Amino acid sequence: MASTEETVVGEAPGGLSKEKLLELLRAMLLSRRFEEKTAESYQMGKIGGFCHLYIGQEAVAAGAIGALREDDYVITAYRDHAQALVRGMSPNSVMSELYGRIDGCSRGAGGSMHMFDKSVNFMGGHGIVGTHLPIATGVGYAIRYRQTDQVCLCFFGDSVVNGGPFHEAFNMTAKWELPVIYIVENNSYGMGTDIDRVAAVDELFTRACAYAGKRAEQVDGQDVLAVYAAVERAAERARTEKRPTFIEAQTYRYLGHSMSDPAHGVYRTREEVAEERERDPINTFVDKLTDAGVLTDDDVEAMDKEIIDEVEAAAEFAEASPVPGPEEVYAHVYSDEYRGGPDGRDAWR
Amino acid sequence: MAVITYRDALNRALREEMERDDSVFLLGEEVGEYDGAYKVSKGLLDQFGEWRVRDTPIAENGFAGLGVGAAMVGLRPVVEFMTWNFALLAYDAIVNSAAKMYHMSGGQYNVPIVFRGPGGSALQLAAQHSQVPDPWYANIPGLKVCAPATPADALGLLKSAIRDDDPVVFIEGELLYNVKGEVPDGEHLVPIGVAEVKRPGADVTIVAHGKMVHVALQAAEHLAKELEVEAEVVDLRSLRPLDTASVIESVQRTHRAVVVEEGWPISGIGAQVVDDIQREAFDSLDAPVARVSGLDVPMHYARSLEKLIVPGPEPVIEAVKHVCYLD
Repeated sequence: MASTEETVVGEAPGGLSKEKLLELLRAMLLSRRFEEKTAESYQMGKIGGFCHLYIGQEAVAAGAIGALREDDYVITAYRDHAQALVRGMSPNSVMSELYGRIDGCSRGAGGSMHMFDKSVNFMGGHGIVGTHLPIATGVGYAIRYRQTDQVCLCFFGDSVVNGGPFHEAFNMTAKWELPVIYIVENNSYGMGTDIDRVAAVDELFTRACAYAGKRAEQVDGQDVLAVYAAVERAAERARTEKRPTFIEAQTYRYLGHSMSDPAHGVYRTREEVAEERERDPINTFVDKLTDAGVLTDDDVEAMDKEIIDEVEAAAEFAEASPVPGPEEVYAHVYSDEYRGGPDGRDAWR
Repeated sequence: MAVITYRDALNRALREEMERDDSVFLLGEEVGEYDGAYKVSKGLLDQFGEWRVRDTPIAENGFAGLGVGAAMVGLRPVVEFMTWNFALLAYDAIVNSAAKMYHMSGGQYNVPIVFRGPGGSALQLAAQHSQVPDPWYANIPGLKVCAPATPADALGLLKSAIRDDDPVVFIEGELLYNVKGEVPDGEHLVPIGVAEVKRPGADVTIVAHGKMVHVALQAAEHLAKELEVEAEVVDLRSLRPLDTASVIESVQRTHRAVVVEEGWPISGIGAQVVDDIQREAFDSLDAPVARVSGLDVPMHYARSLEKLIVPGPEPVIEAVKHVCYLD
């Protein structure tokens, strides 16, 4: 628990300590500024491949990961920069990975979609829709197998609920009472397809009721405190009862599905995006904190400035980091020595 | 030396490794209460309990993915597929997750997992239950692939696979479970990626793996008896890494080679072996290398056609006669 002087007196938002509130704000701001820089670098050609930005959804990662312990596990899909940063990976390492450099968390092998950092139990970064849900089930299985009280937090997008891995993973997780928290980031669109157009039942949390029963709930994913509270409850349940929870966080992404896609167009209007920006998770949280007297506008500005500097420094660090040399090609295909090819020699190299 | 079945050898490997290492566990359909669809896991539930011998729902991609997750945090799962045909539903977990994790995490998350089960045709199981999965996995960097032919190799390779720090695809022969053979007493490990000469011979090299090793040995006996041709049978045992050196060494002595596989010919294991031979032993060859494979069709149910599709000793004998210019 926070000490007395750290605790906000009076109407403390969410009943949280000042330290925790600032941590949540910082996490969201870092995600936002980092990704704004990412978009800029992408447009300058410094980042390649598919690059899916999280801008607009920051409250989900910040609130959910903020409610975990350091020894818990986190796993997510390909829209993974914010989760990586909030989990404690350094902006230098995430940005270097985006730049395809040797100082990247995955030594330039993974890129935007495959952030990993074993030191903070960040387990990726998975590029195939739905494929990491059973992996999270396996992490939960290992936790019970070893009889620790850790939890595994698994983020995924709304499209996942229509595929097989969702149901296979949920069934096993619920049946064997595994300490996994599944949180769907429902931003309403699977790439450019409105979830209403392809889901028979589009109130997503109800899709999990078959497996999780009353342990399936819906929260406002633009409210970091609501997400935090839901995951905190779920984590407690996982630690004590060894039961999974399913949380639907209703959120919104401001930009296109990836950097290759338009922010609006056939599937949604400019007006809709503008309207959603009105309930921006960072602005509303800042208002809440300043109204409660937790911090002033100047404090927010100072924090923002510090974060922008940190992000700029990360981009400079990435720019200066070496590109992976040829010795990296075979380096991590197997745990033991490998030189490629059927006879240890790739053709004509 | 005890004489035991291939099935019992696999059971012994599982039991020994589970006794040796608490992080090893088995999961799959029917592996527990039912003792395994092919009884490979007989008695293991009683000995190790449900958390280490887990009966799963029929959800291959789900429980294979579960295994990957458990392996990423340090357990050593053995995932049993009732047959490799069903594992196509788990191809995503094996190929996109298990085979890629170590690489795309920059060497942080290795995946010490074994995916095992029977492959190939059995008896009149028709098109969806008779496939040879070998090349589907041997093609993939990040996986290791084993296909033992004998009880001793089944024991020694499975133990090595369980101890390996990378994902291993372990393809058993559906018709080999009752095959008996000598198995060394005590600890027996066979290294992954090392072939073995199962029958020495000076006149021609027959390369095979899995069930086809037995077909090759039958053909070799016939050739010795009827034609005085001494065939050397090289059992690949592992398909990835592939022990090219042992094949080349044999061909350099015999100057002739026939490569046999149960699966389809196009992009098959045999195509790879022939490429290695032509590249590394071209000057040693006295005849073009011949291939024998399953016929290039989905499996028929009718026994008459199944026998035509799956290679037996006859086409191998014919191929040897051809490369020895005896036809």
